[in-house]
Amino acid sequence: MAAQEVQPNETLASLKTESETLKTKLEEERAKLHDVELHQVAEKVEALGQFVMKTRRTLKGHGNKVLCMDWCKDKRRIVSSSQDGKVIVWDAFTTNKEHAVTMPCTWVMACAYAPSGCAVACGGLDNKCSVYPLSLDKNENLAAKKKSVAMHTNYLSACSFTNSDMQILTSSGDGTCALWDVESGQLLQSFHGHAADVLCLDLAPSETGNTFVSGGCDKKANVWDMRSGQCVQSFETHESDINSVRYYPSGDAFASGSDDATCRLYDLRADREVAIYSKESIIFGASSVDFSLSGRLLFGGYNDYTINVWDVLKGTRVSILFGHENRVSTLRVSPDGTAFCSGSWDHTLRIWA
Amino acid sequence: MARDMSDKDILKMELEQLKKEVNTPRTPVSATAPELISFVETQSAEDPLIKGVPEDKNPFKEKGGCIIT
Repeated sequence: MAAQEVQPNETLASLKTESETLKTKLEEERAKLHDVELHQVAEKVEALGQFVMKTRRTLKGHGNKVLCMDWCKDKRRIVSSSQDGKVIVWDAFTTNKEHAVTMPCTWVMACAYAPSGCAVACGGLDNKCSVYPLSLDKNENLAAKKKSVAMHTNYLSACSFTNSDMQILTSSGDGTCALWDVESGQLLQSFHGHAADVLCLDLAPSETGNTFVSGGCDKKANVWDMRSGQCVQSFETHESDINSVRYYPSGDAFASGSDDATCRLYDLRADREVAIYSKESIIFGASSVDFSLSGRLLFGGYNDYTINVWDVLKGTRVSILFGHENRVSTLRVSPDGTAFCSGSWDHTLRIWA
Repeated sequence: MARDMSDKDILKMELEQLKKEVNTPRTPVSATAPELISFVETQSAEDPLIKGVPEDKNPFKEKGGCIIT
């Protein structure tokens, strides 16, 4: 239908109507398959026993809020980044600091360990993601070898290497995600679809193919095809910013944590939310989530300083962990599932087992 | 970039996306839920945070001790 003179208001309104109609249709299609609840099917599953999880190590050394952390594949090293611009590599067994880099910006919101264990990536208010090769020589100035890889037009919120040291996936306050070649700094693919800042991302377990999920301030969680750049599925059930997304170990689902004080589980094949992890007493946002090795437990770090442990299948809380003296901002389970690490605005990281 | 897009452009983008998604193949929860559950059940036995790890085997549980490098 060709219009000679397009009235801007009409077009906006008709677009909105069309959008609402499609959204309703989508909900109807999804509802048809919502024939049972996950926790109902899980009634026969044996209940979990009592949990005794305690802080086993406290990593002290950051001068300000810890914003992000990641485990090395060797299951003992950790990289963490802070508001004061410092990025530290720790040996979690001994609590020794092995490397420290000072970034040229404050609020280093993202950091990641390379699969080889030989480099770390980080970025934040500098709008970039930089890679630092880790030297065995502790006296060597790491900052000298820094390689700028990603360039966004707003802050870097999250980064992750793909299966190798050669590619990095980033998410940004500019509303996009992007895939970069580390060596050349070339942009390989960009992902458009969020209507506001993207706050988090997670890559699908390698066996399940080339997809990743992102969460943003538009309350949406999007699943992307890395090769085509297309958004293949989108979920909008949270009532506020999505701070963290994490794939279920099988790759068939993912969890999210949000400022609406809930964590949710989305089943990718049923294309819908299948569980909400919430309690009336939990009113502060969840900043970060991760699964235990089997996917039975979901750990959530919250802005009320606690960590809640959820039974993923039954939807109930199995434990609440106290210890941090300020918001928990980041949380990751170790690669072999023997422990998990939490980072906080109280300047410390804690290892729990 | 989302911040530089007009409201109209953002709506158009959402519309395109919705059109694709309406036709996505889906499986009923009664079929997918048992699979999520059976995955967990087969893996739970080996999940250290569930079954626990003996104090002497878990490097995080033993505290103290000196490591001379």
